[in-house]
Amino acid sequence: MSARPTSRLGDALAQVGACGLFLLQVLGAVPKSLRHFRETIRQIWFVGAMSLVIIMTCGLFVGAVLGLQLYDVLSRFGASAMSGTVVALALYRELGPVVTALLFAGRAGTSITAEIGLMRATDQLAAMEMMAVDPLAYVAAPRFIAGVVALPLLACVFNAMAILGAHAVCVSWLGLDGGTFWSNMTASVDVWTDVVNGVWKSVAFGAVCTLIATFNGYTTAPTSEGVAYATTRTVVFSSIATLALDFVMTAFLT
Amino acid sequence: MSHANPPERADALVEVRGLSTVLNGKTIFDRLDLDIPRGRIVAIMGPSGTGKTTLLRHITGQLRPDAGEIRVDGHDVPTLPRDALFALREKIGYLFQNSALLTDYSVFENVAFPLRQHLRLPEEIVRNVVLTKLQAVGLRGAAGLMPHELSGGMARRVALARAIVRDPMLILYDEPFVGLDPIALNQILKLIRTLNDTLGITSILVAHEFDAVARAADEVYLIAGGKVAAHGTPAELARGESAWTKQFFGGEADGPVPFQYPARDYAADLGFPERTR
Ligand SMILES: Nc1ncnc2c1ncn2[C@@H]1O[C@H](COP(=O)(O)OP(=O)(O)OP(=O)(O)O)[C@@H](O)[C@H]1O
Ligand SMILES: [Mg+2]
Repeated sequence: MSARPTSRLGDALAQVGACGLFLLQVLGAVPKSLRHFRETIRQIWFVGAMSLVIIMTCGLFVGAVLGLQLYDVLSRFGASAMSGTVVALALYRELGPVVTALLFAGRAGTSITAEIGLMRATDQLAAMEMMAVDPLAYVAAPRFIAGVVALPLLACVFNAMAILGAHAVCVSWLGLDGGTFWSNMTASVDVWTDVVNGVWKSVAFGAVCTLIATFNGYTTAPTSEGVAYATTRTVVFSSIATLALDFVMTAFLT
Repeated sequence: MSHANPPERADALVEVRGLSTVLNGKTIFDRLDLDIPRGRIVAIMGPSGTGKTTLLRHITGQLRPDAGEIRVDGHDVPTLPRDALFALREKIGYLFQNSALLTDYSVFENVAFPLRQHLRLPEEIVRNVVLTKLQAVGLRGAAGLMPHELSGGMARRVALARAIVRDPMLILYDEPFVGLDPIALNQILKLIRTLNDTLGITSILVAHEFDAVARAADEVYLIAGGKVAAHGTPAELARGESAWTKQFFGGEADGPVPFQYPARDYAADLGFPERTR
């Protein structure tokens, strides 16, 4: 009985090690993957553009809820004019990158894992290797690059939509003055410490989420259950990794 | 029919020496030796599960053996670094037992894939080469279909067209005749022979159909029990007097080749009390 927890811990550590090694392999394959540039573009379109609808819709609602909550709370202190500012700060610094990453893991991460896992199960990766095409360069690296490029852009779209949502609630619905909303916001939000730090975070989340998705797909057991299990693991591990990394980066960046 | 000491041949494209492999505790190969001479068609036959596919995986470096040497065109495959291995594979065509077509690409793009990845050819030439190969397997009209729209036998032929699209120096066919009707089988057989005769391509042919093998192959290796059980021309093997060849080509259940995968006592497995001896 006592052997089980230790071996599980060992397994988990071995997985983290294997994932790190995989990261090095993928990074090593990035130069070669530039030869398959069209594949990279296709992946950016697939994980980025195809995620736009869910990101924009969710952004709108998150912004609207934030506006509603903060207007209510802040008006208790007579500070409802600051609603827009607080919404913007919360979004740029935390919610934008984190919520986008979580949505991204569910929308794009799962499809990356399932796609690569099925390629593994049906010997397509082996077939590529036999045609002297490195699947690390042709399959893994383009998806990795696409994630790193797409997630920050998606986070920006998310933020923009959320601010529109907050504007709709605070200004159009609850009657806050529009000029106050914008001017307070632009006066208190700093491009470097707030916006750019948020973008750095989403670059890191993009790398981690796509790495986990690609790794899980690549190491899928070649069975239907294996693909299902790998997809689940992608969501679970991406979420944990995103939130843990968010804490670490916040501690260092601010 | 020598299997203890195969004759050293300077012109062997593939040389396997002392190959030993254990998978999941089961011995697949036990110091196996064989040679594939340049420019010949060599058939590998043997009971299901004897390790024919595993042997092809060893030869192409997809799987490392536990011991032994595998030389392809002078390169020691198991110790080859990744780049050199990929350079070697560019000269090898491989037909997977399960076809392994890329499911997101059309038939045309599947066959064009090796060309597009390695050569910068004008679209017109790619088109001509691909259509020629598809014509050779009788599927030029299916160029626009997706893999999931193909029957099993059609998928085999597309995979075959893909394996030969770059006119490699060595082609490994893992059961090319499976799922083919007699007409298609005849055409594919002729195609394999033609590639060999006109381009001098060396071929390793894994197949169960002895009649087809007898018509295409120059030599046959019968692999059983992890070793070469018999080796010779198809005619020699058909006349073979050894217990292995007699049983295998006679299709009998009893003999040195077990039909059953190694298992526990049948009665015990079915839940009957253990027989007392
Ligand atoms: N990945 C694997 N892990 C463990 N054992 C394996 C693996 N692949 C194959 N084997 C075992 O190796 C043996 C040889 O398998 P292989 O696929 O080479 O047989 P084969 O000769 O090609 O058979 P067939 O004619 O049915 O295709 C089988 O007993 C199989 O159980
Ligand atoms: Mg096989």
